[in-house]
Amino acid sequence: MSLFEQNFSVFLQGFGHTLLASIFALVGSLILGTIFAIMQVTNSRTARSIGNIYVQVFRNIPLLIITLFFYLAVAKVIKMTGFTAGTIALTLYTSAFIAESVRAGILSIEAGQMEGARANGLTFGQAMRVIILPQAFKVAIPSLGNQFINLVKNSSILAFVGGLDLMYQGNIVAANSFDTFTTYIIIGLFYLVITLPLSYYIQHLEHKLKKNA
Amino acid sequence: MSGFFSAFTEANLGYLMGGLGITVGVSIISVVLSLIFGSIIGIVFFEKIPYFSSFVGTINNIVRNLPLLLIIFFTYFALPQLGLHLPIFWATVVAMTVFQSAMLAEIVRGGLEAVDVGQFEGARANGLTNMQTMWHIVLPQAYKKMIPPIISQLISLVKDTSLASGIVLAELTYRGQIIYAQNTNFIVPVLVVMTLVYFLLNYGLSLIAKWFDHKLA
Amino acid sequence: MEKAKKRRFGLIATIILALAIVLGLFWAQQTVAHNAKHQDTLTRVKKSGKIVWGTKADTKLFGLMDTKTGQSEGFDVDMAKAVTKQIGKQIGEKLTPSFVTVSTASKIQLLKNTNIDGVFGVMTITPERAKIVDFSQPYFPAGQSLLVKKDSGIKSVNDLNDPSKTVLVVVGTTAAQNIKKFAPKAKTIALQDYASAMQALKAGQGQAISTDNAILYGLATENPDYQVVGGTLTNGPYGAAFDHDQKPMVDQVNQAINTMKKNGVYNQLIKKWFGQVPGLDWHDLEVHE
Repeated sequence: MSLFEQNFSVFLQGFGHTLLASIFALVGSLILGTIFAIMQVTNSRTARSIGNIYVQVFRNIPLLIITLFFYLAVAKVIKMTGFTAGTIALTLYTSAFIAESVRAGILSIEAGQMEGARANGLTFGQAMRVIILPQAFKVAIPSLGNQFINLVKNSSILAFVGGLDLMYQGNIVAANSFDTFTTYIIIGLFYLVITLPLSYYIQHLEHKLKKNA
Repeated sequence: MSGFFSAFTEANLGYLMGGLGITVGVSIISVVLSLIFGSIIGIVFFEKIPYFSSFVGTINNIVRNLPLLLIIFFTYFALPQLGLHLPIFWATVVAMTVFQSAMLAEIVRGGLEAVDVGQFEGARANGLTNMQTMWHIVLPQAYKKMIPPIISQLISLVKDTSLASGIVLAELTYRGQIIYAQNTNFIVPVLVVMTLVYFLLNYGLSLIAKWFDHKLA
Repeated sequence: MEKAKKRRFGLIATIILALAIVLGLFWAQQTVAHNAKHQDTLTRVKKSGKIVWGTKADTKLFGLMDTKTGQSEGFDVDMAKAVTKQIGKQIGEKLTPSFVTVSTASKIQLLKNTNIDGVFGVMTITPERAKIVDFSQPYFPAGQSLLVKKDSGIKSVNDLNDPSKTVLVVVGTTAAQNIKKFAPKAKTIALQDYASAMQALKAGQGQAISTDNAILYGLATENPDYQVVGGTLTNGPYGAAFDHDQKPMVDQVNQAINTMKKNGVYNQLIKKWFGQVPGLDWHDLEVHE
């Protein structure tokens, strides 16, 4: 326990960075993911291919590689800290998964709705925004929630680039105190404070959705 | 352009590809082991045994909601404090298996729930025990349906193995880092090649998953 | 299974599992406390007939991976081999060295949890560390210095004493504390390894890397746009590290190093690794006794 008390402010600082990175990346990846999901369902071949390539690339390479790429290569041209580089990498990586969730949501909406909206004079963009997306998001909520949980867990990647997050601080505390066992258990509890309630809430939502269906 | 390729001497390339071997080795062993443990846990979920299923479910949720990186560090750095000294390769396999079993348990449960209930009853009416029904009738069908999600877990595993570079497992990502430790100009070429290798491997796997998806649909 | 039977089974299984977890945690706590107690390294070494050394794989001159052989090579690695051989002679048993690659962040943790027996890993002897691990006598005279870009205008640590400056260090080294002492206004960022630190410096993540001159010379050799400046801030010789309270083992190692310094093996290794380093006169490192 004294390990916890002694390093409380360090853990808290790490927790703050983890939370901050997760929230930034969530907002960013929701926007990017939605854009790429829409690109994948348009009639334009080019847009579809771009959307597809983007999603396939970022789904199939490790987050660590993307992070290192931003931290070590991109940062040579555009200055950024490890926290920024890690958060950008998290955003891009997660957006590919969110694009898949949103696309599945869009596809679950009957094609007739789009046709109907277009017949009533709405443009593709308007129909998407007003009619399709709100329904698609509703369907996609559980899977989006799971992506957010993954995002929080994956934010531990920041530890590799000095991102000051929970995992980074945990490694430093473990190295200085040599009570690795206790330190990592404390770090684990901090992560669970965010992820576990979310996970139960999503299970609850999924349950409700299944019942309504 | 010649500068780009100077990072890839025969020795460096061989070293890097050896790392790919370790990445694939860890991934395959872990996916097989987690399939076994994940199935056991998944069956416990599916059977809805009073108290027990929900208790196991809680533990499973805890594991699923921890960062894999933390589990890896814990296995290699903290378990020896309990007298468990795992060589780095096996420490990674154990960490991956613990994490992936929790993930696969959910998939197995889903697969089992998708199997027609009538088949249980039919099999039992034919005199098969619970265990026999599960083993001969239900599981084979459930697994067929689960092939695509299991392959996507394998993709996650291949990607996640890169995290073990944090404990100095000499897999692909770590070996890339060692190569650019020789000369920092190698960084971009090495990252590009690593990206390509991971992409080709995982994209190939995802195509296989898609093929199964079509075949089973 | 009938419902009642299933219910009973579930209840019993839950209790057993819960009990196992509680007992397991209790056992874990006890074992952690127990294992924190003394285990004699020399006894373990004698029993296994080998010494497991932690060495680096990303540090030029001291421990760098040879991608052809898959083995680390450098002064630290050769010292570990020579010391192992010498201890074997001293105790009259055949000892073989075995190597585990460690990172700067992991080396003390691995020593503490006895994954490795000793470390030859560019490790500075400090009073803080000496409370946690045992050190051999110094085997290399290092000191903390700075690596900066040639045109950066940074001449000494004083030029870094500014909130706009970031100094890059490696996790688990003493460099960060010293920078706080000499340039309290500067920010520090800790990275996982020296390769990342060098990359980060090139990418402009910081204005200087601060660590031992011995390592910085290695980095400067490969990166001619960068130079070592400011002399040494500290006098921080390297020692081989062991778990704490390992006097028998440390005595053996010290005796081995003494012998190697006398019979010329040490000087041979110095010449082998530091004979060609620009800006470093390897004769300064030789020992004459």
